[in-house]
Amino acid sequence: MTQHRSTPTLPRSLWSVGVAAVLIAALLGTCIGAVWISPMHVLDIVMTHIAGIHLASSATSTEDTIIWQLRLPRVVLALFVGSILATSGCAYQGTFRNPLADPYLLGVSAGASLGATSAIVFSNSTVHWLLPLASFTGAMMAVGLTYSLGRSALVGRSATSLILAGVAVASLLTAIQTLVQQRNSDKIREVYGWILGRLSTSGWSDVQLVAPYIIVCTAILWQHRRVLDVFSVGDEEALSMGLPVNRARAAIIIAASLGTAAAVSVTGLIGFVGIIVPHTIRLFTGNSYRRLMPLTIAFGGVFLVFADIISRTVLAPQEIPIGVVTALLGAPFFLFVLGSSRNGEIS
Amino acid sequence: MTTLAVNSLNVKVNERHIVRDVSLSISTGEWLCIIGPNGAGKSTFLRALAGVLPSTGGFTIDGNDVRDLHVRDRACWIAYVAQDPVMPAGMKVFDYVMLGRTAHLRLLASESQLDLDMTDLVLQELGLLAFANRDVSTLSGGERQRVTIARALAQASPIILLDEPTTALDIGYQQEVLELIDRLRQEQKIAVISTMHDLTVSGLFPDRLMLMASGEVVTQGNAHEVLTQDNIGKHYGARVRIISDERGPIVVPHRENPTNS
Repeated sequence: MTQHRSTPTLPRSLWSVGVAAVLIAALLGTCIGAVWISPMHVLDIVMTHIAGIHLASSATSTEDTIIWQLRLPRVVLALFVGSILATSGCAYQGTFRNPLADPYLLGVSAGASLGATSAIVFSNSTVHWLLPLASFTGAMMAVGLTYSLGRSALVGRSATSLILAGVAVASLLTAIQTLVQQRNSDKIREVYGWILGRLSTSGWSDVQLVAPYIIVCTAILWQHRRVLDVFSVGDEEALSMGLPVNRARAAIIIAASLGTAAAVSVTGLIGFVGIIVPHTIRLFTGNSYRRLMPLTIAFGGVFLVFADIISRTVLAPQEIPIGVVTALLGAPFFLFVLGSSRNGEIS
Repeated sequence: MTTLAVNSLNVKVNERHIVRDVSLSISTGEWLCIIGPNGAGKSTFLRALAGVLPSTGGFTIDGNDVRDLHVRDRACWIAYVAQDPVMPAGMKVFDYVMLGRTAHLRLLASESQLDLDMTDLVLQELGLLAFANRDVSTLSGGERQRVTIARALAQASPIILLDEPTTALDIGYQQEVLELIDRLRQEQKIAVISTMHDLTVSGLFPDRLMLMASGEVVTQGNAHEVLTQDNIGKHYGARVRIISDERGPIVVPHRENPTNS
């Protein structure tokens, strides 16, 4: 009888599923590699570094280096990046009521990419700290351009027109990026490797660089989960119900774009995570963002860790760029979502 | 008692002047129905009152300018049900009705126990408790209309705007929904402004009618004053007969000398 009397929240059991999935993915991601390292050794090494506790196992110092310097930072980076890409996609989908919305769609990724490419090409040495900064600038410029174009009378003022504007902006920025690369062919290899998307292996510094941005942006988007549900009835009705539509949308877009830019600045272009993860979870939780978002945050990270395991192991010792792996998985998925949204099922 | 007053309101959409110099005043407990041919500006006028379209001219509630209010405060005064409301696939009736509580929540807050109770009360009031867990996109026309009205009630605003609340409904559901609106406005002292296409029905329930044509108010008054052969002939371009009935005028289409082949 009182079954329905609650706010739409995620049941405890599903919270634990999310947490368990993250832990399992993290463990597998650190165990699997060129050399298999047993989970007990991994746990021992992690406990030693974090809490100073030695467990009764015999992890070697080589293993220690592999785990602590190489694999774990990479897994943690994958968790952060996957999480923010999926959450941003989920937030864009909610605020634009468009199932195909993704950091790509608004030109955010292209803008971040152009920003970073310019930084690589125009700076003499690889100035590492400049990269995220240039990415942020590019992403915010792109989203600003998309937003003002989408709201101008030029293309109308609906959510759909905003997305069309995003596609136009993305094409323009990609063209400019190609031009920049062509003019600087000596550095093209470096940029090329970056564009395909890679999870950096420069130890903990990348994690430290992006984690604060990603945590803050995720927290902001998390705070807007009820608002995203209100958006689902469309701008006009949401406004008549008392939602300051423009302000709320701006906050969501800025947080999602900033988070995306942070991710892009260290990993390059990793696409489709924002489409694959939220839509898979929708199948289980329904469309309420209050149920969707906690699992998207968890499984976005889990998904990217597994994509990274695939990229490292399938052609070992060679590595497939992770952006290629997600694109191979994501393109068919994109068509699937496109097909079901044509039937009017996803909104 | 709350009084909404509109004085010489104008609405322009893309430079087109859709609503011209409309004035009206309505207090809680009253029901004003706007009628008029297609394209008369009825829906545009309601949307302007709901605050989703910009307008110029006087627009006050109890003497306070509505345009000075924050969107949330305005929504606490005025609720709006669109002609064809979006029913998000996968959303439960309870969650949908609770969206009406948005006006009473700070932007980033979650619903409190009060909001849950209010939603529950409204569902109970409208006999929708059994529907609480249904997906809103699977409801029939009549259920859907009750659910959207429930959402507007959960908003707890003294003024409710209903755009064509009965258009998609068969005659049985039409009466059910209209009786419901009538009961609510009397019991809960709500001011209702609605638009309607069925002229006979519009003479039965609302206590005042306002006839709009080409964006302007042509005439207003009670049903007998507004629903005349003359008015309907002139503004709808329709041939009708008016049958006088003590409950209200009955408007029936009329055909003169059908040509037999």
